[in-house]
Amino acid sequence: MNQLIKWAGWLLFSLLGAAAIGVIALNRGESISAIWVVIAAVCVYVIAFRFYSQFIANRVLKLDATRMTPAYKYNDGLDHVPTNKYVLFGHHFAAIAGAGPLVGPILAAQMGYLPSMLWLLAGVVFAGAVQDFIILFISTRRHARSLGDLIKSELGYVPGMIALFGTFFIMLILLAVLSLIVVKALAESPWGTFTVAATIPIAMFMGIYSRYLRPCAIAEVSLIGFVLLVLSIVAGQYVQENPVWAAFFTATGEQLTWVLIGYGFIASVLPVWLLLAPRDYLSTFLKIGTIVGLAIGIIIISPELKMPALTQFVDGSGPVWSGDLFPFLFVTVACGAISGFHSLIASGTTPKMIQNEADARFIGYGAMLMESFVAIMALVAASALEPGIYFTMNSPAAIIGTTAESAVQTISQWGFHITPEMIAQTAQNVGEHSIISRTGGAPTLAVGMAQILSDVVGDGAMMAFWYHFAILFEALFILTAVDAGTRAGRFMLQDLLGTFIPAMKQTDSLVASLIATGICVSGWGYFLYQGVIDPLGGINTLWPLFGIANQMLAGIALVLCTCVLFRMKLDRFAWITVIPAIWVYTCTLTAAWQKIFHDNPRIGFLAHAGKYQDAVMQGTVLAPAKSVAQMQQVIFNDYINTVLTTLFMVVLVSMLAFGIRTILQARIVRHPTTSEAPFELLPVYVASEK
Amino acid sequence: MNNVINHVWKQLTQSLRLMVGVPEYSTYIEHMRSAHPGQAIMSQEAFFRERLEARYGSKGRMNRCC
Repeated sequence: MNQLIKWAGWLLFSLLGAAAIGVIALNRGESISAIWVVIAAVCVYVIAFRFYSQFIANRVLKLDATRMTPAYKYNDGLDHVPTNKYVLFGHHFAAIAGAGPLVGPILAAQMGYLPSMLWLLAGVVFAGAVQDFIILFISTRRHARSLGDLIKSELGYVPGMIALFGTFFIMLILLAVLSLIVVKALAESPWGTFTVAATIPIAMFMGIYSRYLRPCAIAEVSLIGFVLLVLSIVAGQYVQENPVWAAFFTATGEQLTWVLIGYGFIASVLPVWLLLAPRDYLSTFLKIGTIVGLAIGIIIISPELKMPALTQFVDGSGPVWSGDLFPFLFVTVACGAISGFHSLIASGTTPKMIQNEADARFIGYGAMLMESFVAIMALVAASALEPGIYFTMNSPAAIIGTTAESAVQTISQWGFHITPEMIAQTAQNVGEHSIISRTGGAPTLAVGMAQILSDVVGDGAMMAFWYHFAILFEALFILTAVDAGTRAGRFMLQDLLGTFIPAMKQTDSLVASLIATGICVSGWGYFLYQGVIDPLGGINTLWPLFGIANQMLAGIALVLCTCVLFRMKLDRFAWITVIPAIWVYTCTLTAAWQKIFHDNPRIGFLAHAGKYQDAVMQGTVLAPAKSVAQMQQVIFNDYINTVLTTLFMVVLVSMLAFGIRTILQARIVRHPTTSEAPFELLPVYVASEK
Repeated sequence: MNNVINHVWKQLTQSLRLMVGVPEYSTYIEHMRSAHPGQAIMSQEAFFRERLEARYGSKGRMNRCC
């Protein structure tokens, strides 16, 4: 009887989910409420977690709750500590959630909310969460080793090195695109620039406070920091209204780029306790708090989705980024559905602390479902805006011009309602001079969030506060990522270069670390600068490159998972990673191919270079270049991007070849050939056996 | 009921601290006392500094995501 009630419950739950998806899918031309999206998403997540992840855990991987974990085996009270699964879930989620799942769906919203929503749900259930879960499982069974080491031991030394090499380039592109988002959000915005700049002295104060005055009081110092942050947002308004200060904090994109590059260099050689650690406290807690706040806001307000389910831009002619729905939507959405970067986290600190192997399902699969929900919320925030406003903010100046009139004219032609008054009113509401071409996703999310949050707290009057709060929230964790990423990139580079030049390996050598930091900063700085001066907004080029890089890493991780399944002799279940791997490979390779060879200069790098080359031949100068030398620079950038994209494709194809070799070798042998740690009982079970 | 709230609150604060790389000091002491009796135990301040260096210093690799 109990069984019957349970199954009836699941049946009802499935029906609810199906009904919600039905409402979304069958809606014709009328705007629907966001609550349907939330219900559909939650139902899909719960059902997937209950059934699919359980199938993987019990039938495929056969998680063994009695098996020794690295946390017990190497327990040192520091890195390896057996940790409660709910506590560890929070840690793992905070490590995987970042700007990616927030920005991707916002950019993808130009095709309407439906395609992104469907991919966010299907992708996470069958690809993203599966990847995170299985990598966590693999690492837990292998002394919590890192992705690079795992690939070395399962596929061989060379593929391991290739993967590390690929990871380094992802870091560069990631840091460039994240910095670009900050530059785009802060350019010509004294209020935003002031508040973000204020985080540096605030963090330094916190650093000194917790180093010398009150060590270990994380909660206390974070609370002080938070209060100071809120004050800096309030003060920002006065800065903006004061002509002298406003002029001081008004910077162009190019100026901000140089500031950011200098900042990245200095911040990553400063002692960690002074700037990085305290700002990490602020950004981590603010991130978690804001995500929770946004979720509550969306559920309470349940805004109408004004964006159509599908726009005409599914044909690839959209202004925000160019390219057809397949493959570019999947590369653009990226992190919220499947993110290769997570394989680094799932083979990082989490497996060192997992108390019981059986927890891998809840932590690995579950945390990724949460991440997907964050992406769904970002999609809701973007779709709740007037589509006219969305396109005003996200279309580059090269397409809609720089005045409200030109923007209205172009966007009205696309069939979206917009007036110059609406543009002026929105800008005034959020306390900015202009909202035209504020590309990069962050300002759009901030306006969307400000609308939702100011409906909950503070009426319309607090919209400007919430807007700058949202900008600050994003800039804060992006800057922390830039700072930590430059540092991590520097160590990675020192490791890689150390293989050839032993002197470079010394991480405590000032010269070696300055050289490595310099290379790192100029690497991402180069792509950042290129993005900032791009008339199409930079995001148009860099975000797809980032997406391709990220999905490349996901492809590598899925190949690793597949190899391990074959080496475990689980051939008949290999489809759980083979199918997502084929899909990720197809999307990524097609996108990379089109980015290089597509005839449309807005998509293909070579076509773009060709267009400028022709202009040089005819002696004309094309914007944004102002001289022939700059034209040559644009052409050179196109070739750099081509080389980089080719590199990503080579990494992907060679990993596939190594993977297939490993699988064939595993198929010949009749017994499992994995390099798992030998079976030992968990201490608790040893005690009970005695 | 109070017990449940206390328990949830404790886990929440533990999780928040772990998010910035600081595990429980009491667990560390317990571990040192039972597994390595006689060995020097770091003070809470030294423990805090060690954890900071481990998360952000040269030992720490990429520990956050995009």
